[in-house]
Amino acid sequence: MINFTMLIVILPLIAGLILTVLPKKNEKAIEWTSLIFSLLIFIISLQIFLGFDEANPNYQYTFSFPWIPQWGINFSLGIDGISLLLIILTTFLMPIVILSSWKHIHKLTREYYILLFILETAMIGTFAATNLFVFFIFWEMMLIPMFLIIGIWGSDERIYATVKFILYTAFGSFMMLAAIIYLYTHVGTLEFQDLGTIRLDPTTQLYLFLAFALAFAIKVPMFPFHTWLPAAHVEAPTAGSVILAGVLLKMGTYGFIRLAIPLFPDAVMQCMPYLIALSVVAIIYGALVCLVQTDIKKLIAYSSISHLGYVMLGLLVLNQYGVEGSVLQMVNHGISSAGLFLLVGILYQRYHTREIASYSGMAQVMPKYATIFMIIALSSIGLPVTNGFVGEFLVLVGAFQYSRDFYEVSRNILTFLPAIFASLGMVLSALYMLSLVEKVFFGKVHEKIARGHIPHKDLTHRELLYFLPLIVLIFWIGVYPHYFLNKASGTIALLIATFK
Amino acid sequence: MQTQGLVYILLFPLIGTFINGFLSFFRNDLKTYFKKNFQWSAEKFSYTTNRISAIVGVLAVTLSFLCGVWYFFELLNLSSENALSYTLLRWIHTGALDLEFSFYFDHLSSIMVLVVTGVGSLIHLYSVGYMHGDPGVSRYFAYLNLFIVAMLMLVLGNNLLVMFIGWEGVGLVSYLLISFWYSDIDKAKAGKKAFIVNRMGDVGFVLGALLLFALFNTMNFSELTQSIEQSAVPVGYITCAALLLFFGACGKSAQIPLYVWLPDAMAGPTPVSALIHAATMVTAGVYMVVRLSPLYFAAPYAMNVIAIIGAATALFAATIGLVQKDIKKILAYSTISQLGFMFLACGVGAPIAAIFHLVTHAFFKACLFLGAGSVIHGMGGEQDITRMGGLKHKMPVTFWTFLIAILAISGFPPFSGFMSKDEILVAAFGTEYGSMALGIIAVIAALFTSLYMFRLFYLTFLGDNRSGHKVYEHVHESPGAMTSVLIILAGLAMIGGFIGIPHLFSFLAFPNLIEEWLEPVVISFPLTRHGETLSPLIMLVSVGMAFLGLLIAYIFYGRKNTYAENLRSLFQTTYQLLWHKYFVDEIYHKLIVRPLYFISERILFNTIEKGGIDWSVDFAGRFSKTISRKSLKLQQGDIQYYLLYMIIGLIIMSVVILWWVQ
Repeated sequence: MINFTMLIVILPLIAGLILTVLPKKNEKAIEWTSLIFSLLIFIISLQIFLGFDEANPNYQYTFSFPWIPQWGINFSLGIDGISLLLIILTTFLMPIVILSSWKHIHKLTREYYILLFILETAMIGTFAATNLFVFFIFWEMMLIPMFLIIGIWGSDERIYATVKFILYTAFGSFMMLAAIIYLYTHVGTLEFQDLGTIRLDPTTQLYLFLAFALAFAIKVPMFPFHTWLPAAHVEAPTAGSVILAGVLLKMGTYGFIRLAIPLFPDAVMQCMPYLIALSVVAIIYGALVCLVQTDIKKLIAYSSISHLGYVMLGLLVLNQYGVEGSVLQMVNHGISSAGLFLLVGILYQRYHTREIASYSGMAQVMPKYATIFMIIALSSIGLPVTNGFVGEFLVLVGAFQYSRDFYEVSRNILTFLPAIFASLGMVLSALYMLSLVEKVFFGKVHEKIARGHIPHKDLTHRELLYFLPLIVLIFWIGVYPHYFLNKASGTIALLIATFK
Repeated sequence: MQTQGLVYILLFPLIGTFINGFLSFFRNDLKTYFKKNFQWSAEKFSYTTNRISAIVGVLAVTLSFLCGVWYFFELLNLSSENALSYTLLRWIHTGALDLEFSFYFDHLSSIMVLVVTGVGSLIHLYSVGYMHGDPGVSRYFAYLNLFIVAMLMLVLGNNLLVMFIGWEGVGLVSYLLISFWYSDIDKAKAGKKAFIVNRMGDVGFVLGALLLFALFNTMNFSELTQSIEQSAVPVGYITCAALLLFFGACGKSAQIPLYVWLPDAMAGPTPVSALIHAATMVTAGVYMVVRLSPLYFAAPYAMNVIAIIGAATALFAATIGLVQKDIKKILAYSTISQLGFMFLACGVGAPIAAIFHLVTHAFFKACLFLGAGSVIHGMGGEQDITRMGGLKHKMPVTFWTFLIAILAISGFPPFSGFMSKDEILVAAFGTEYGSMALGIIAVIAALFTSLYMFRLFYLTFLGDNRSGHKVYEHVHESPGAMTSVLIILAGLAMIGGFIGIPHLFSFLAFPNLIEEWLEPVVISFPLTRHGETLSPLIMLVSVGMAFLGLLIAYIFYGRKNTYAENLRSLFQTTYQLLWHKYFVDEIYHKLIVRPLYFISERILFNTIEKGGIDWSVDFAGRFSKTISRKSLKLQQGDIQYYLLYMIIGLIIMSVVILWWVQ
């Protein structure tokens, strides 16, 4: 019997290997092979999803073999409710990313798709790792393909952006590495399950937590460690942005929920108010900064900071509502930001500019495009019946519950501030998104666009095809989130229970 | 009682949305397809699709209305405590939070369903004539059907969150329809403003719902009602939740301080103004407050706030309406003012009167708006009433129906507005929560209502035409699809009041139908004895005000004279203040919008983001680069230098060691 977890971790690498033997010039063959493999991986992950036992909150589909026996390090993988949703998000986005890159990558085509597959292995591996060493290996493995994707296929300022991205993240990683080495020398094991049973003394916890938290906070990115993100997004090619926003940012939040929070509970309780404050600042700050952006991609990048603020807030309040909302919001943001970056990519391909001011009246030029943009924008601002609402609402319920519990103790009305500010984010997100929609789509058609001649103005069939699954999911999660949340709620309840 | 059929009420408009949405989304593809395979000309194609869209759109809502009527009769047969309900599926289920897509058809929501789908069907029908020839007919009907879905969700929702789906849904459709003609950037901006201001209210709604959930562990209406009656939660919490929810209502129902979006919303097509911004959506706030009336009754302070805001809005908006020139703007301020009346009724403990006025208002205001639409249509897009006049002869049907609606809104007996407004006035004076001050404000607002309506009437329909010969030549009565709707609505505006005949006439043995119908689900406060004795007098005053308004309007606008101009120059400042709507938009712009952008741009983005955080990140990079470049010079390969460094190093080390030893 083949282990499915190992299979989806290794299969992208195999796909990459197969691509190396294909003729360099035959773009069509490369594109089709990539698509088929990514679909195959998605189907296998779907098998995992469907066969997942939601009553069991522990790791399933586990796989382990002694990797470096003399150090006692096992190559262990496993999937629980939280990682399940993120893995399926990854494998789901991959075919879309590949389809969106079709016919647009002419420089080093083969290498491009190979790098995408290496990235996929790294991402799935990070989510599926159940050993800290394995986790770290995959974590670092993600950096290199991303570095190259931005550095090679990015736009004008790509070198600056990619160096900033890698230095920033590597800086965080080294902190984490130091903490991992400390843990290994003092505890002697790096298996998640063993680490979970050990309770270190509070001071040690605090230092280790800060080291982990810094690495993850940079990745999320939390305010004020976020400035690499807009730069990287703006310069990255569409596929890079989609993966970056859709999956890589969740590595940070996943790191918190998987490692930083459960391993160092005392330190978490100690830092909680500060981290919550930072998350709320990110929500408001990110949204306000969005208001004054002149570059569409930058605007969406900043909106990610605001949205990830919700995710972090939900995580940190550490109650069932908040964490479930937060996990769902990770998936939601993966869908909506991926959709938005894909859309911006299409606009950029056609008109070669990301300046908001160079567009107006696009709803007349590209009515279908405008409709899709509107739907995804509405999901991003959390309109009920779209996925965004359910996640955001649960986070708000969690935040409110947290505030109220604190209020019962402190009798200080200020404890409600996080919930109130977080809900103000609702207005601000509507404001910047609809302002963007207004500027780009409404009004008279911009002169330059009216004069220029571009074939295939509106969405092509291929483009419509890859937006369709995104839109289906937006409404599916919006109307029946239970189907997805159900998978994760057991695992989350287990996590919460350690804090009671 | 579980009734699966309730879903059909929503299903038909939903199907309509999908069909019209499909036609609109794939319009260009279908066009080429039919051209290629069937040789259809562009005209034939748009004629056919527009026809299909119109038929589907109207049919969807009509079927929904018929379903509503069917279940209304089903409800009639049940005993009064019973209601129909249906749970479609589980929505969000986490911890104690268990929210379902469940619908609840009781005495209160049944009235709303009938109003929404009934008036909705009429306005859909009217739209067929009004939107004739517009290239976006399919899109228009898709939005309009979606609106009906959202509105039905709002009124049928069995818990706060399903209501919120509808609540935000109608906001979205309102946004889409206000900016329907989006190539005009001002219309797009008006739509955005409506959505944003509504969202501010929605924050209040969400926080209120969260607070209620934190207090009672449920968001279900009937469970909430029970818990509020039984529990001993401090009144402070309840007041807080009630006020937060009311803030949401202020957004949706355009009350002070969030009313500013409604006048701008008139940028949308006129049938939209009639359906969404007069008859149905804007009354959602009133419906919500009535639905949660047990909550409000448990929070007396919140009741007072609602009454005061309602009365203040009623008067405030009416004064602005006195001097405006745009026919739709006048009607918009009139709507704000009438909604103020409804909230006043809620605040003084007369939710039944509020619902009654909501119903009659839906009739006469829809009639007024559609009449205005007919006028605008006939005048070729003109909206300024100072350039109208004398339309009586050219548009007889519009004229007569408009007159009936005006008589209704001004409160002439026995028209519908008289009945409902009288009930509100009586309650404002006469219940425990009412007071002399509230009553007097309401009476003045009623006077102004009559005044601005007849001013509008005289300037539009009577006197000489001021539009110039050319325009007047072309003025014509609207097509049958439009006028027939006007006639039906005028009929309803005329007789609709008889569902709630004042108690004063109870000796005639007419039952007050609406009160009897709502009694099992909504409780109104009884009149005090003082109020009982006052009520005949109040009725006289109310009728007197209607006539007084007519009289003043006649003196100033009904005859050829310059009284109006004289008065204007006499009270120049007051006029300017009213004409500029008390400068509220300007104040909001200066106090909220400008600072928001200033903070975002200058302080956050330029100073903190670029000058602070990102600068220090880049500085760290630059710093280490500089250091390495500098230190490069230390290693140029000269052996003498290396010896020098070695000696310096040794000296430093020995000093440190010596110091350490000591």
